[in-house]
Amino acid sequence: MADLRSRIAGISSPNPFWLASAPPTDKAYNVVRAFQAGWGGVVWKTLGEDPPVINVSSRYGALLDGNRELLGFNNIELITDRPLALNLQEITQVKKDWPDRALVVSLMARMEESAWVGLVKRIEETGADGLELNLGCPHGMCERGMGSAIGQVPEMVEQVTRWVRASTRMPLIVKLTPNVTNILWPAEAARRGGADAVSLINTVNSIASVDLDLMAPTPTVDGKGTHGGYCGPAVKPIALNMVAEIGRNHVTADLPISGIGGIGSWRDAAEFLALGAANVQVCTAAMVHGFRIVGPMIDGLSQWMDDKGYGRIDDFAGAALGNVVDWNSLNMNFSTKAVIDPDLCIDCGRCHIVCEDTSHQAIRIEANGGKRVFRVVDEDCVGCNLCSHVCPVPQCITMRPEANGKPYMNWTQDPRNPLRAAQG
Amino acid sequence: MTAAAHNGPQGLDDDLVPPLNALQAMAESSRCLYCYDPACVNACPTGIDIPGFIHRINDGNVVGAAKTILSANIMGGTCARVCPTEILCEQACVRNAGEQRPVSIGRLQRFATDALMARGGGHPFARAPGSGKRVAVVGAGPSGLACAHRLSMLGHAVNIFEAKAKPGGLNEYGLAAYKMTGDFAQREVAFILGIGGIDIHYGKRLGDDLQLGALSGDYDAVFLAIGLAAGRPLGVEGSDLAGVMEALSFIEALRQGRAPAVAGRVVVIGGGNTAVDAAIQSHCLGAEDVVMAYRRGIAQMGATTWEQQLARISGVAIKPWLAPKRILGSGGKVTGVVFERTRLVDGRLQGTGTDVELSADLVLSAVGQELREGELAGIPVTEGRIGIDADYQTARPGVFAGGDCVKSGLDLTVQAVEDGKRAALAIDRFIRKGVSHGRSA
Ligand SMILES: Cc1cc2nc3c(=O)[nH]c(=O)nc-3n(C[C@H](O)[C@H](O)[C@H](O)COP(=O)(O)OP(=O)(O)OC[C@H]3O[C@@H](n4cnc5c(N)ncnc54)[C@H](O)[C@@H]3O)c2cc1C
Ligand SMILES: Cc1cc2nc3c(=O)[nH]c(=O)nc-3n(C[C@H](O)[C@H](O)[C@H](O)COP(=O)(O)O)c2cc1C
Ligand code: SF4
Repeated sequence: MADLRSRIAGISSPNPFWLASAPPTDKAYNVVRAFQAGWGGVVWKTLGEDPPVINVSSRYGALLDGNRELLGFNNIELITDRPLALNLQEITQVKKDWPDRALVVSLMARMEESAWVGLVKRIEETGADGLELNLGCPHGMCERGMGSAIGQVPEMVEQVTRWVRASTRMPLIVKLTPNVTNILWPAEAARRGGADAVSLINTVNSIASVDLDLMAPTPTVDGKGTHGGYCGPAVKPIALNMVAEIGRNHVTADLPISGIGGIGSWRDAAEFLALGAANVQVCTAAMVHGFRIVGPMIDGLSQWMDDKGYGRIDDFAGAALGNVVDWNSLNMNFSTKAVIDPDLCIDCGRCHIVCEDTSHQAIRIEANGGKRVFRVVDEDCVGCNLCSHVCPVPQCITMRPEANGKPYMNWTQDPRNPLRAAQG
Repeated sequence: MTAAAHNGPQGLDDDLVPPLNALQAMAESSRCLYCYDPACVNACPTGIDIPGFIHRINDGNVVGAAKTILSANIMGGTCARVCPTEILCEQACVRNAGEQRPVSIGRLQRFATDALMARGGGHPFARAPGSGKRVAVVGAGPSGLACAHRLSMLGHAVNIFEAKAKPGGLNEYGLAAYKMTGDFAQREVAFILGIGGIDIHYGKRLGDDLQLGALSGDYDAVFLAIGLAAGRPLGVEGSDLAGVMEALSFIEALRQGRAPAVAGRVVVIGGGNTAVDAAIQSHCLGAEDVVMAYRRGIAQMGATTWEQQLARISGVAIKPWLAPKRILGSGGKVTGVVFERTRLVDGRLQGTGTDVELSADLVLSAVGQELREGELAGIPVTEGRIGIDADYQTARPGVFAGGDCVKSGLDLTVQAVEDGKRAALAIDRFIRKGVSHGRSA
């Protein structure tokens, strides 16, 4: 059995699966159920100064596929709407009852040192394992000068991190917003301010859908809507890229990362870990399936690690990061071709029509009695992968690299590059 | 539909394959792979854009789905209920590979067409500007109605002459009651006529009340869609006893709410759709024991495997290799049927000389339907059907024919509709050619 224990910013947990700061971690009742289900850690729902915020009614929006599977999720909730003292008291008790699990507390405040330090001092007393600064909430709180209003300005990220760093020895994670032009700027700012780690991504600014009867965005509050935070499977590719960008940037390469965004399976988690995340956080998948979702995540990751011969997470952590490069470093001489397995083919014709209409007219239909035969014309196939993505049968269309015997040559070396001389 | 989960109809009004609810329709429509130029479309005689309509259901565009269906097949509602999809579209679904379970195309088609009809509102298709041309259609069954609808869409005025008192043909008088619950046949005809430009004259029988020669003279073209109106005679002694009926008359009576009293033993003679339907419906009406006797083997039966299964599930005993020899009676009333056992010898059916006697209180003959040739004023008939060319035109110019009265494909509702549609397009070309010639001259 693989060892799933993980460690980030000096905080350890029995497995790398944490619940992200959100409704699933809003109170002791939920968090205890999560720990019972097997979650390795939680980041408590973001605390703020009293009086607590008031939420509106009608809070979530969703992007569903044709089968009502949820692809994306959006919300306009604020931070915790319960009194600070009640949260602190519950945090203290839960940490006492579950000493082996990670319990990190998320917090948010105005752009004032006393506000941040005041909160930190009270959280310190709970015995919690660490702090996560919420500089990411892109709705509601930002209109009050908090959340992404701070997270989008690198100087403010650095300042807040510095204030908190100076006031406590607790492990310090800074949670980043993806609603920025370049994720490296706030990541570098957090590092300068003294963060032990960063976590990302918080939600993406969004309108989930438009209600065409009400003519208003969803979720709709008395006929009006507002932009909300987007998360769930649809944001995973955005999060993966931002995690990789931080990991391969030399200034932030040593900054531990807690990966968040669209994680719903062991495979999603393994991908984040392979790009260098030290652990992962989950919100939407738990909100869609309940806490039991961690079971398949734990045994799936463990089984895969056993199959691959990885004894510990460190054995593959960051293993894919070195293969994330700039486009300019890709091998122009590499060539791959689609191969269609006629035995697996069910004659749906999808590969043909997409290649014919939108790609390179490389898939011919040849009649063979009743069933059609789809043949790839190698000279015309550019290896775009489109057909293999639209084929409904797993493994029916595979991409096979050609052994063309040509050496590695990137664009900067390519004689077809008109700027080669200038670049070289 | 598979027989696996079916109990057979529990009564004449028991919808054989119940409608999908919205949740089921969404789940089922998401199984469609949106294939390109797929086999299911080619397997549908009317060529409905099946992935196109299913995709629209999944998109929440149920009206667009229904229009996609109806533009190819104006009787998409009936076809969704009665098509033997197991030998048509669903047999060709790529989901059969691997999963052995096709997308339920027929049920999705019903979901869409029912939804459109339930919404009411205007007819979904518009008529082209009036052509000033008039077409006579004989017979208000699926083929005649489909032809009339398309002709009307193309801008022509249509008069339908129908022998019976109601429209719909076998939709109204022949299809099994449990396939057409809720007076669907009449609701659908009303929907089709909603396009306008079509007048139906009831109680007008070609050969009696009107003659082909006169019709040809009065109209720019004539379309014959008279089906196969005569039951083929059993041709055995005792066929005239009380309690011996043509299966189709029996079904017609029950479809019109005049079901004959059924009790005791029923013997149905025949191996096709009609025999299966008569057997199951007599069971629904209270027969204690129903036997379907067929003179050839199970593999030669006209009824599809699913229909045979449905008969068995409903409690019908199917006895192959029995050819009727004589009907027995006493006091003028049927008491039983004597059959001769048969077998295939070198591919030819032969009697074995052994007799089998089945007792019966009601005997239903379902050995096929025939053309009433006398009505056709000498139009040539080949192999029992009206002869037509590739344009559905008979040997007499300007007289077209389609549906069961011609041999175009299988004798199914969907084929009759396709014939009507194609014939309308051919008629349109025929009469417009006349127009343009007239102008250029
Ligand atoms: C019992 C039974 C069950 C069937 N079940 C199925 C099934 O489940 N699925 C399926 O796809 N198909 C089924 N069929 C076949 C299907 O009903 C026919 O293929 C289809 O109805 C043929 O349509 P049509 O318009 O050619 O003829 P019909 O439906 O027979 O219509 C002909 C019309 O013409 C009228 N007519 C006839 N002669 C004259 C005349 N001289 N003058 C004026 N009007 C006239 C008739 O009254 C009738 O209205 C079944 C058939 C039968 C008999
Ligand atoms: C309803 C809801 C409320 C959230 N509230 C918070 C919050 O209070 N503090 C915070 O840091 N992130 C909050 N988030 C963001 C999540 O912690 C997480 O970063 C984001 O949802 C991406 O992860 P996911 O794709 O697994 O959901 C919230 C998300 C949701 C859906
Ligand atoms: S990989 Fe792209 S170009 Fe090649 S056959 Fe597939 S779709 Fe066409």
